[in-house]
Amino acid sequence: MADEHNMRRVTAIKNGTVIDHIPSGQALKVLELLSLSGDTSVPVSLVMNVPSKKMGSKDIIKVEDRELTQSELDRLALVAPDSSIAIIRAYSVAEKLNVNLGKEVRNVVRCTFSNCITQNPREPLPHRLVVTKTDPLMLRCYYCQRPQNLDELIINLI
Amino acid sequence: MKGLITMDDLTNDDIHSILADAERLLPVARGETYLPLLQGKILGNLFFEPSTRTRMSFETAMKRLGGDVVNLGDVKTSSVVKGETLFDTIQMVDGYTDIIAMRHPRQGAARYAQDAARVPILNGGDGAGHHPTQTMLDLFTIQQSHGTLEGLTVILAGDLRYGRTVHSLSHALVRFGCRLIFASPELLRMPAEIVEDLREHGADVMETEDLLGNINQADVVYMTRIQKERFADEDEYAKVAGAYKLHARDLDNTKSEMIILHPLPRVDEIHPSVDSTRHARYFEQAFNGVVARMALLCRLLNIEVPAEIAGGDA
Repeated sequence: MADEHNMRRVTAIKNGTVIDHIPSGQALKVLELLSLSGDTSVPVSLVMNVPSKKMGSKDIIKVEDRELTQSELDRLALVAPDSSIAIIRAYSVAEKLNVNLGKEVRNVVRCTFSNCITQNPREPLPHRLVVTKTDPLMLRCYYCQRPQNLDELIINLI
Repeated sequence: MKGLITMDDLTNDDIHSILADAERLLPVARGETYLPLLQGKILGNLFFEPSTRTRMSFETAMKRLGGDVVNLGDVKTSSVVKGETLFDTIQMVDGYTDIIAMRHPRQGAARYAQDAARVPILNGGDGAGHHPTQTMLDLFTIQQSHGTLEGLTVILAGDLRYGRTVHSLSHALVRFGCRLIFASPELLRMPAEIVEDLREHGADVMETEDLLGNINQADVVYMTRIQKERFADEDEYAKVAGAYKLHARDLDNTKSEMIILHPLPRVDEIHPSVDSTRHARYFEQAFNGVVARMALLCRLLNIEVPAEIAGGDA
């Protein structure tokens, strides 16, 4: 009941994507990751710090008229790996998706180490960050093996 | 194993078996026996930053085994200065050679090159990252002196932050159950993520600023150069660097079989008075660069080193 009430804090959307179970306080980072924080033509609704049975408290984002793609989901894994995603069509849940971090994050974000070989933007091989731990999330660059600072990673999105 | 990028590319059995190959190749490295195991093979030497010992010892190793070498030459006059990517340079050299030895100022360059190449890459140093062929010659020298790699107490001293040789070596020593003492100025401590990694692998690691106070426990003292440019001013450098200099008089109460290693070049961290003590092994260590790299070249090119080599007294 509590979750349903939370979902209704903002209007139900006709078509688009609902991202639920975002760790409390991380919704703004998610918007940044999905490039929804700046100029965007689609309506976005946001609720933060609502009670959750599963998480204690959580954030929710609703994006109208846009269905998230797999590569966007990969980005989401960096700050909200346990979030759940519902694709909405004609006011109904058409698909439920989960974020799956996998073993490696490829071509989503650049290594944060200033002397890594991948800092040359003309080098053509993929940017690869290896997941070394999931809880808490820890990543290392596949090439230079430096551990990554998750806060800095956000500004290194490709 | 395709190339050698970090010591993780080698198992402990690989290490023992490559060191045993190196031991048998000693007469070939000394020029006492000619053994053209690598005849018809070409090594590409790609040194994007200065190197004396590593580049020359790769070249000597290849030539002692009957192989040939092509050099990138001076980076300032190569296509790199025109803005060529590492990827493109590797594509070119990959077509010319059978194996590549590479040093690059950027960390991760060797692994990147290995992903771009068909032939094996031998990492001769990537930024402050890894230098596994140096580690193999260090291990060879340690085994030569102590007869084992197991359970030794090893002090690594000096610049542990930027010194890639000590990064690769500590990872390897931990796998053989060695106890590590990191002696360095605060500013040049071993990177926290490396210490954490080593401890996660069960390492017995102690960090200290006191080299001389711990030297009597050591079976091996591995010295490195502290570079002036790492410090804000010369006075600070002089104050700090003085504590990481060895003189023969500092060695009076050390274990008799203790050895002193240094990847060279040294500046003044090992006083010439140490050279004539029974502890000094750094010049043998530099020579061992040839024999260790001979064994690695054979291994990566899938050429078996014969079980017996004529003229061998090893």
